[in-house]
Formats: sequence, C-alpha cells, structure tokens
Amino acid sequence: MEQQILTLVTFFPVIGVALLLLVPRERADTIKAVSLIVSFVTFLFSLLMYVMFDPVANGMQFEINIPWIAAFGIHYHLGIDGISLLLIMLTTILSVIAILSSWTAIKTGVKGYYISMLLLETGMLGVFVSLDLFLFYVFWEAMLVPMYFLIGVWGGPRRIYAAIKFVLFTMFGSLLMLVALLYLFFLYHGYAGEYSFDLLKIYEMPIPLGAQTYMFLAFALAFAIKVPVWPFHTWLPDAHVEAPTAGSVILAGVLLKMGTYGFLRVCLPVFPEATIQFVPLISILALIGIVYGALVAMVQRDVKSLVAFSSVSHLGFVMLGMMALNVQGMEGSVIQMINHGISTGALFLIVGMIYERRHTRLIADFGGLAKSMPVFSTFFMIVALSSIGLPLTNGFVGEFLILLGTFKANSTYAIIAASGVILAACYMLWMLQRVIFGKLTKPENEKLVDLNIRERLVLIPLIVLIFWIGIYPKPFFIRMEPAVKAILSMVHKVDRADVERKEGIHVAQPTCVGTTCTISGGGAGCGK
Amino acid sequence: MIPIAHYLILGGLLFAIGAVGVIVSRNLIVMFMSIELMLNAANLAIIAFSRSLNLMDGHVFVFLIMAVAAAEAAVGLAIIIAIFRNRETINADKFNLLRR
Amino acid sequence: MNHSLYLIILLPLLGFLLNGLLLGRLKKGFVSFIACASVGLSFVWGVKVFFELLAMPEGARAIQETLFTWIPAGQFQVDFSLLFDPLSSVMVLVVAGVSFIIHIYSIGYMHDDPGFGRYFTYLNLFVFAMLTLVLADNYLLMFVGWEGVGLCSYLLIGFWFEKKSASDAGKKAFIVNRIGDFGFLIGLFIIFWQVGSLNYADVFARAPEVFAVGGGVITAATLLLFLGATGKSAQIPLFVWLPDAMEGPTPVSALIHAATMVTAGVYMIARSNVLFMMAPTTLAVVAIVGLATALMAATIALAQNDIKRVLAYSTISQLGYMFAACGVAAFAAGIFHLMTHAFFKALLFLGSGSVIHAMAGQQDMRYMGGLKKQQPATFVTFFIATLAIAGIPGFSGFFSKDEILWKSFSSDFGSPILWAVGLFTAILTAFYMFRLVYLTFYGEGRMDNHTKAHLHESPKVMTVPLMVLAVLSVIGGYVGIPHVLGGSNRFEQFLHPVMTGLHGGADTSEHVLTSAGHSAGTELTLMIGSVVLILIAIYMAYYLYLKNIDLAGRIRNNLSGVHALLHGKYFVDEIYGALIIRPLINGSLFLWKIIDVFVIDGIANGLASIVGDISTGVRPVQTGTMRTYATMILAGAVVLIGYFIIR
Repeated sequence: MEQQILTLVTFFPVIGVALLLLVPRERADTIKAVSLIVSFVTFLFSLLMYVMFDPVANGMQFEINIPWIAAFGIHYHLGIDGISLLLIMLTTILSVIAILSSWTAIKTGVKGYYISMLLLETGMLGVFVSLDLFLFYVFWEAMLVPMYFLIGVWGGPRRIYAAIKFVLFTMFGSLLMLVALLYLFFLYHGYAGEYSFDLLKIYEMPIPLGAQTYMFLAFALAFAIKVPVWPFHTWLPDAHVEAPTAGSVILAGVLLKMGTYGFLRVCLPVFPEATIQFVPLISILALIGIVYGALVAMVQRDVKSLVAFSSVSHLGFVMLGMMALNVQGMEGSVIQMINHGISTGALFLIVGMIYERRHTRLIADFGGLAKSMPVFSTFFMIVALSSIGLPLTNGFVGEFLILLGTFKANSTYAIIAASGVILAACYMLWMLQRVIFGKLTKPENEKLVDLNIRERLVLIPLIVLIFWIGIYPKPFFIRMEPAVKAILSMVHKVDRADVERKEGIHVAQPTCVGTTCTISGGGAGCGK
Repeated sequence: MIPIAHYLILGGLLFAIGAVGVIVSRNLIVMFMSIELMLNAANLAIIAFSRSLNLMDGHVFVFLIMAVAAAEAAVGLAIIIAIFRNRETINADKFNLLRR
Repeated sequence: MNHSLYLIILLPLLGFLLNGLLLGRLKKGFVSFIACASVGLSFVWGVKVFFELLAMPEGARAIQETLFTWIPAGQFQVDFSLLFDPLSSVMVLVVAGVSFIIHIYSIGYMHDDPGFGRYFTYLNLFVFAMLTLVLADNYLLMFVGWEGVGLCSYLLIGFWFEKKSASDAGKKAFIVNRIGDFGFLIGLFIIFWQVGSLNYADVFARAPEVFAVGGGVITAATLLLFLGATGKSAQIPLFVWLPDAMEGPTPVSALIHAATMVTAGVYMIARSNVLFMMAPTTLAVVAIVGLATALMAATIALAQNDIKRVLAYSTISQLGYMFAACGVAAFAAGIFHLMTHAFFKALLFLGSGSVIHAMAGQQDMRYMGGLKKQQPATFVTFFIATLAIAGIPGFSGFFSKDEILWKSFSSDFGSPILWAVGLFTAILTAFYMFRLVYLTFYGEGRMDNHTKAHLHESPKVMTVPLMVLAVLSVIGGYVGIPHVLGGSNRFEQFLHPVMTGLHGGADTSEHVLTSAGHSAGTELTLMIGSVVLILIAIYMAYYLYLKNIDLAGRIRNNLSGVHALLHGKYFVDEIYGALIIRPLINGSLFLWKIIDVFVIDGIANGLASIVGDISTGVRPVQTGTMRTYATMILAGAVVLIGYFIIR
C-alpha cells in the first residue's frame, strides 16, 4: 500500500476515463455521476495518503522506483514530500469541486468534457509526484492536451484564440525546458558515467556556474510562463476569460502552481548558484507582477479578467516569497500557493454561477445583488476578503509570512510588495461595491434566484478551508517544514539544521521571558 | 532458372501500374487496391533478391509486409466505409476540408 | 488559577456565529437577545476577571492564557494567546461595557430596519474583534483584531449598502485603514527581525538590549506603528475616512467611530510605551501630529451643519488629544481620556441618534431647534455629555483633559507651545459643542410642520442607555483626581505597572512623571485659567447662536473665504482625489491598454502573425487533393532515385 498509493492516486482518474468510454454519450447523467464518483474516490485516496504521510520525516515518502525505459535510464520514480502533498490535496479537492460545478454549465459534448477533466487531473497529479525529470516532462506536456480542449471546445466566444495562445506560450517554454533537460541528462552521464533523469541523483551533481546559468534560464522561462511571471502573463487573462468555469478553477487553482512548484522542485535545488545569482531579477519581475497585476485588475470591466489579473498579482507574491530564500518566505510562498488555489478558485466559481444566470460578466451589468442574492453575496464577500488577505482567513497567513521573509532578505522589496496589499483592497472592494452593493437598477437582476444546494455544496468546502488555514494552519506548516528546509539547505549548501541559523534571527540563543517562550530552538522541529 | 531481371521488370511494371492507379483514379477503393499492388511489387522485388542472394532476411521482411498490408487493408477499408457513411461518396477529390 | 479569559472573546463570537448562520430564521426578539446577552455576559466575565486581577499583588497583575499555536514557520512562532493586565482590563471593561449599552440602545434604534439581524451579527463580530485586539498578548494577534474591527467598520458603515454614499464610505474607510495597516505591518517586520519575537513580554524585555535609544531602527519602527495608528484613529494624514463613516447607523458611529475602534491606535501606542519611549523623535511626531489633528478637526467642526459631522470632527479632535498625551509620554493620561471620551462621546452620538430618530432622519442642525421641550431626557443627558467634553469642572472630561494639558506643559517631552495649542483647541471644542447644543435644543424649532408634529421622546430602551452613560460621563473622571486637587490619581497608579517604558519596570510604587520641577501652584493657575477661558467660549457660543444670530451670520459673510475653507474641510478629499486617486486610475488604464494589450501582447501576437504570414505564403502547395500529393510523392521518389543513379 505504501508503495502503490501514489500510483493509485495519480492514475485512478484514468480508470474513470476507461469507465466513461463504456458509457454511451447520450446518458449525460451517468457520465456526470461516474466522473464525480471517480474524482471523489481519488480525493478519498489522497486523504488516505495525507493520513499515512509522516509529517516530521525528512526526504521523500511513498517512493516507488522501477525502470521504465531502462536503456536511457528513465525510471518510473514517484515520491512526495510535504510540499507536493499539499498540492496533491489541493488538486484532488479542486477536481471534485470543478466537476460538481460544471453540472449544469456544460450541455454539449458532455462525455468529452468529463474525460478531459479526468485526464487533466491525472496530468496534474503526475507533475506533482514525479521524481524523474523525463516523467515530469511527460506529465507536464500531457496535461496541456485536455486543457487545450477544455478551453478550445467548451470555452467562450474567443476560445480558439485563447486556447492556441495558451498552448503556444506553454509550448515555447517547455521546448527550452526540453533542451535544458537533455543537456542535464548528458551532463549527468559525464559526471556519473550512467544515464539518468532521476531528480534525486541530479541534486547530488555539482554543475559549473556557466552551465547552471543557461539551464536555469531555460527551466525558469518554462516555469515563469506557467506561473505566470510578468511579462509572460498575457496568455492568462485570455485563457481565463474564455475557459469554462471549471477550466478557470483548475487553471488558476492548480495549473499555475505547476510553475511555482517547478521552481521549487527543479530550479532551486538543481541550480543553487544560478538561483542566488538570479534572485534580484526574479524578485523584481515578481514585484512588477504584484503591483502591475493589481493596478490593471483595478480597471478591468469584466469580473473574470479582474480575477485573472489578481492572480498575476498573487502569484507575484508566491514568487517573491520563494526568492527570499528563507524559511518564512518559502513556507509563506507554499501556503500562498494553496491559498490562491482556494480563494481564486472560489472566485471563479462565483463568477461562473452569476454568469450562468445572467450570461454576462461585465461589472457594469450588475449592482445590488446583495438584495436579490444574499447568500451568494455573503460567499462572494468572504472569498473576496480572503483574497485580499484579511487576518483569520487563509490569505493573511501566506501574505504575512511572505512579506516577513522578504523583509529579511530585502526590506525594499517587502515595502513595495506590501503596497500591493493596499491595491488588492482597492480593486476587490471596488468590484464588490459595483457588483453586490448599490441599488438594483437593472430589472434582469431583480428576479435572480439565490444559490441552490449544489452550488452551496461547491463553495462550502472552500469556505471551510479558507478559515481553517486562516485560524489553524499548523498542520500544514508542520508537514511542509522538512521539505522547505531540505530545499533551502540545497540552495545554501548548508546542513539542514543550519538553515535557520544562517537565515535566522541575529539573537543567537532565544531566552524565555515571563511565562512564555515563543521561539523554539533553531530547527528543533526538523531533526526528529 | 529465370534470371532476376525478369522478376525486377515484372515488379517495376506492377509498381508503375499501381502508381498510375493511385494518381489517376478518384475512387478511394481503386486507389487502395493500387497501393496494395505497389506493396506487392516491392514484395516481389525483395523475394527475388532474397532468392538470388540466398539470404533469408528478405523472406522475413516479406512476411512482415504482408502482415502489415493485411492490417492496413482492414483499417483502411473500415475508414473508407466510415467516410462513405458520413459523406456518401468515396471520390477522393471531394475530401478537401483542409483547403481554404 | 484558571481564569478562562477566552470566554470574554468567545461569547461575542458565539453570538456572531449563531446570529450569522441562522440569519433570517430567527425572530427579532431572539436575535437581539442573543446579541445583547453574549456581549453582556462577556462584560460580566470581564468584570469577574477584573476583580481577580485586583486581588493580585500590584506588581504581578497579569493573566496570560495560551489557546493554541497559530502560525509556526521555522523560528517564527505566534500563539493565539491572551493577556489580561491593567491596561487591557481597562480596555475590556470600556469596550464590553459601552458595547453592551449600545447593543441595548440599538434594539430601539434599529427596530424597524429590515437588516435587523444582519446588524446585530456585524455588531457582535465587531465586539469579538475589538476584544481580541485589546486582549492579544502579541502584536500579530493584535493585528488580527486591528483588521477585524476595520472589516466590521467597513460592513457597518456600508450597512445601508443600497446607498452609494454609504458603500463608498465603507470602502474608503477600509482602504485608508489599509494604508495605515501597511505601516503597522512593516513596523512589525522590523520588530520581529530585530527582537525575534512579536510577543509583548519578549519585545519589551529585549528591546533595551536590541535597540539604541533614539536610533534609526527604533525610530523607523515606531513611526511605522504610528502610521498604523493614524489610519485606525483618524489622524493626519489618514483622517479622511472618519467623517464619511457617519453614513453608518448612528449607534455604530457611537460604538465604533467614537468610543472603541478609533481609540485602538491610542491603545496600541500606550501598549508599546517601551518602544516609543526609546524613540524621542517619534514621540515628538506623535505629539505634533496629535495636536495638529486636534486643532484642524476642531476648526472644521466650527463650520459644519450636519450634527453627526460635528461630532465626527470632534471625535478626531479628541483623538488628537489622546495622541498628544502619548506624545508627551503621558500614556496613562491618554488612556484616561480614552475612557472618559468613550463615555461622553458615545452618549453624544446616541443622543444625536435619538434626535435624528425624532426628526425622521434629518441631520441638518439648521432645521432643528427647540428640541429641549419634546425630548427632555435626551436633552439632559446630551447636555451632561457636552459639559463633560467641554471640560467643566466636576465632569469626567475635565479631569482627563486637564491631565493632558498639564502633562503637555510639565512633562519632560512637553512644552508651553504644545500646552497653548491644546488649550486653544479646548476652547474651540467648548465653542462648537455649545453651538451644537444651542442650535439643536434651544431657540425656535426650524423644522417643517409635519416633522414638528411628530417630534417625540425616544422609547425607554433608548433613553435608559443614555442615562447610564450620562452617569458614567459624570463619575468616570473620579478615578483619576489629580494630586493637586487632593486626589491620588488612582487610575495612573493602576496602569503604572504596564508603563515599563517610563520606569524601566524596576519599581512600581514611585511616579517618575509627577510634575517634576513644577509647583502645584502653577498647575492650579493653569487649570483655573483654562476653565475661565472655556466658560468665555461657552458664553460666546451662547451670544452668537442664541442671543444674536444675525451677528453669527454677519461674521460668516465677512469671513466667507475662511468659512468656505472650513466648511469644505480644507478640501483634503479633493486634494487626495486629484493627487492620488485619479493618477492611479489613469495610470492603471495606461498599463492595461498600452503596456499589456499593445506592447506585450503586440510582441507575442506579432511573432505569431509573422509565422502565420510565412505559412500562408507556402500554403498553396497544399492543394488538398490526394492525387496531387500522390503525384508529388512519386515525383519526389523518382527524383531521389534518379539522383542516386546518375551520381
């Protein structure tokens, strides 16, 4: 079980696809039910995995490593640490929610749609569990196909443009990644005398700085397009606006995280010197993204593109925290990945619900919805507030830690980034005001029906998570801490236990004052 | 023993007939049969060389080609039938969806 | 001993959850019962713990309770833990007590509002957040309450969300507060990375080792914290949201925008007295900003006609006083004024609410007058509060205001100039408050006949809270009678253990800041002088607004420029609009339309269209007819074979 759990979680949706192929396409209800059950069972498996996961252990867990294409040293090597664990949980939860949310929205090509959703899920999970770079690349590319169809077939009026733009941007990056991957492959052969794509082995290899620089740039470009880091973000608003609701949810919730995850899993540990060299560049791009995304979001007329630009801003925070290269910044960055998946996912769901009723997303077409749809407005409000990082919601925990970590690394960056928090309040509250507050001026808005049971069921888990992470995020931090420290120790080339001593507070030995003692000894939690 | 040139000339003729058939005909079935003809022309040439050089490799290849041709025939005919069902024609000139 | 501090914040939270989750399914009576009972019980529990605190020896008065670990990230660990010491006990009692009274009052005031349930839900959430703010034992948890009250303020200002002005005001409040919070956050970062903790006890104990007195780091940190305070407590430059906040229901103005939330900044500075004492520059800035705000707001209040706006500017002005007190290191005096102000300003707002209720929503004083007869209870209580805010001896405001004025004169950080500005503001305060009273309650009624016929005293559920607050406005000051009047300033002594910045935490019996170098005679002289001046100001108000109204009009006409400036609130909103908001929006449009769509997308799409053009060029080769392809393949094969043969 230990060994098979990852394979099971990753490929269970494919079993669902096989089942769906047997169902005739006219029987839409059966198709929906099957895919919902399959995604839910996948979620249950991932929950089991979460329970079995040892929170304090170092290194990868549930590892499985069997030769796949032995001649080229390609292995079927899976394994997860705390970071991938959390992202897998996010993926499985959001998949269930996305499938449930498309219940009535998708009317044509139902079978193809749900098959695409399930294939997409496997693709995304595969990226998060792969420890073999070749396998990683396969999943990375494989997930493009269903997403292309989701946008291109079930999308809005400009879907073809958006889908092609999405694929071309991503492919452009992955092409460079492939080249760098092969270079790395031959480099490893030169170093160890054997062919291998195994990430854990490549971690051990010292690479000359010049080669690191080029390979870092190639990988980073692929990941940066996916994140997206400014100025590679222009595919995102188009893709989001045209994608169906569930597509947007998955796109924002999980796909963007693949970019940031790639940085964490590949760029930082494999090219440590190059990373440190490029910290200013990426931090500044992230800062531009934060401020630029927020400003542009402010003047959007379409709710969905507003949320899309807000993603650019939020992902800027994620990148910035990661580039702080200290425990606080990186843990904030990881938790912010999860937060963004939850909050922005929920925002897209909410926009989708209102779009289904009114068939418009223009802010100007709404106003006064708090009167006609109080429950909807309450949910909207909670999610928007979590998105702007109100304390006791998830957004605060992430943004605070990111800014705290960044402040240590470079206080100017932190101050500029913190201004993004103000701007976030501006665009979100202005949008809220125009959509749910004010008088009901449009007659179409008066007879809107409030959320039904299914729609509430879709949103409630996300709301629960918003408050859970906001109030008691400890379980998540415990699980990610060993992984974060491992990455940092590889970047800084120090012992895992020394990570915090290097980046920590200058007061060497914390003293207990009064009745409380708030600082645990350096790295006390990681040695167990 | 018949000299190898005879086989090759026969093969060449068969191939030419097949090629012309593919180019000239508009009927998918005829084109399909012409392709089979070309495959068998190649088979003939291979087996002739194989005999004259006393090597068994050629025989193996010919069997492989025959197997592939059989598979291809099955799939190809199925596709043609599917196309006919959809479009009610098997005139190759009518299938120009890719053309702007 | 288990004190169960958490009950104080848990009860309002439960009230919020119960009312919020069952919104629309409960009867009005039940909703208000849950809301009032939860806050009332919370207050009762606060009182109980307060007495337990009093029973402790003076130096050891602190109850600390850790609920759970909130954020653990490496060395950064923040607990969800509460602290009940003299300072937070005062705040808890004031907040919970005043909240309870205002909850009761709201039952009457909001009785006919369709959003009754929603109102009480928000109000309970507010009480929860505010109590979290004052009970927190670390800065981050304080920040939770800090932003939480901001959220409630946003929700309650925009309570009547169908009114654009209301939702505008709510949004403005939140965003302006966010600017302050930005400073607060950065301040916290500096503190954490220097000290290694955000826990009060750790920070204050270690600060003297880590920071150099008057050093750049501590000055920056405290200035940033003060920026947070200016946002929450409506000081220059971030005061603009508070006057607009009057769009909310009047009890909300009383609770959030007068008595409790806006004083959070003062509380925060008093709490951080150790840090502020180490940064004399910041203290000077605090004092100057506080007094400047006090003066500016008082002048604006002179020329406003909306009864609630006058009170709003008066609040800003009084908050300025509290900051001035903090700025001269008289933190206890600031908290003292905070407490008395909570009583009398809540009373003033609730009284104005009673007036507005009777006037069917009319808030313009030019259409009021003579309400004394119709609303006797409201009038008497309102008058008491006015006497208190004006600083008439015997009322609570006198003691606290005089304490601040004296400290601004005598403290090591004070100066006669600060004192003079403070006194001048006090005179203005007396003047505009009595102007308000005369315009509203005295003289002839200027309202239309329909309104006049419907004038009535408010129901008991509204007037009884007024009376309770009136009693508090009188007696609230007697806990801090200064030495010179024969008292012992017990309030300051009670808070003394918390003010470790003043005495290094070593001894808790001696006062360091008792008018060193100044005689009791000076203190008495100044006190009597200020009272006389205030009485003159009251007489002027009486003369101008009751005796000789024409003269007031003539003065206004002669000074029309000044009046326009004051009436237009120095046009600060307009200046901010032109300098910040409009450029921001235009700049954003530029970024979107030009940079994003034109430049970045232009490059991407341009590359794509170049590739597309090339493809179109070679496309005719692909005819789409299968036979052409077959011919080409054959021709290609022939050419290739031909090439090999010829070669």
